[in-house]
Amino acid sequence: MDEWSWYKLCYFFSLCLLFQCRISVLLNQTLNMKQQIARSLLLFAAVAFMSGSITGCKSKVKDADIKTAAEAALATNPDFKGISVDVKDGVATISGEVKDASAQAAAQTSVAAVKGVKSVQNNVTVAPPPTAAPVTITPDDPLAKGVKDATKDFPSVTTTVNDGVIAVSGELKAADWKRLKMSLDGLKPKKVDASGLKISK
Amino acid sequence: MALQAKYKELTDAAAASGVSNLQVREQDGVLYIDGIAPNGKVKDQLWNIYDKLDPNFLTGDVVMNVKVSDAVPGSKATVTTEKSNLNIRKGPGTDQPIVGKAAHHEIVTLVSKTNDQWWLIRTNNGEEGYAYAQYLTPEGS
Repeated sequence: MDEWSWYKLCYFFSLCLLFQCRISVLLNQTLNMKQQIARSLLLFAAVAFMSGSITGCKSKVKDADIKTAAEAALATNPDFKGISVDVKDGVATISGEVKDASAQAAAQTSVAAVKGVKSVQNNVTVAPPPTAAPVTITPDDPLAKGVKDATKDFPSVTTTVNDGVIAVSGELKAADWKRLKMSLDGLKPKKVDASGLKISK
Repeated sequence: MALQAKYKELTDAAAASGVSNLQVREQDGVLYIDGIAPNGKVKDQLWNIYDKLDPNFLTGDVVMNVKVSDAVPGSKATVTTEKSNLNIRKGPGTDQPIVGKAAHHEIVTLVSKTNDQWWLIRTNNGEEGYAYAQYLTPEGS
């Protein structure tokens, strides 16, 4: 119970005391101080009990329960993995990072549907798209060795390797060139320059 | 972005045919297409589309490195040379001594992959050594 609740309680109790005094006056009762306080306490207890049952009837969902339910709702979608929920007085605040805007909106919808949630504060952010990894180019030495292996069975072509670029010249049949090009591309060159190549029939 | 538009049919086909780890990147006037095809058929199909978009691959604006996923250690592969035998070497490289030969269309076992170019294989006679992967076609593709 926080400080504010104590204030409310004290205020409420004084009200009971005053009310009790009025009743005493109305009924022309003369009570000593002790009796007055006892009766006030009784009244206070009665009213407190009644108000307690009234609140109970409203079946107000506790914030902690809402939080649990909201977390369960979010757990059903792997896109919501990075989202956390906080609930205060029925207001759910969701925060974290998701991959796109549709997941961001869907998370809000999902939490808003949870019983007891009055509103949703959506603090979820969208992750920036992943930057593509740079292209790996094989250094010239291993590349030249790979080219030598690849061209061994194609004596009609000559190749040079310079700064990642494989230059192919000579003459090849289309089918053989396709085969060679597949091998050369697999070596991860910067480029395969076939401008010096003639395709024979 | 112009290259991505030119080869859109190719990259779309790659994505649609189940190429995993597909990466399409354009850098310095070359489009790099990397990925792992589920089988050899898909790889062939992609190379045919590439051939159609850039006849005989002569423009040199694409480097397509699509591997085939079914070439796993322990699997069988057929020797797909033009007609000759396939050299089996002591180490991965044409500078390595020849330790054996696998016949054209012979079926060998893939022991391990040294890299994308050289695979360690074993023949039915028990000869073991390195062979150039391009002449080996994994079974089922």
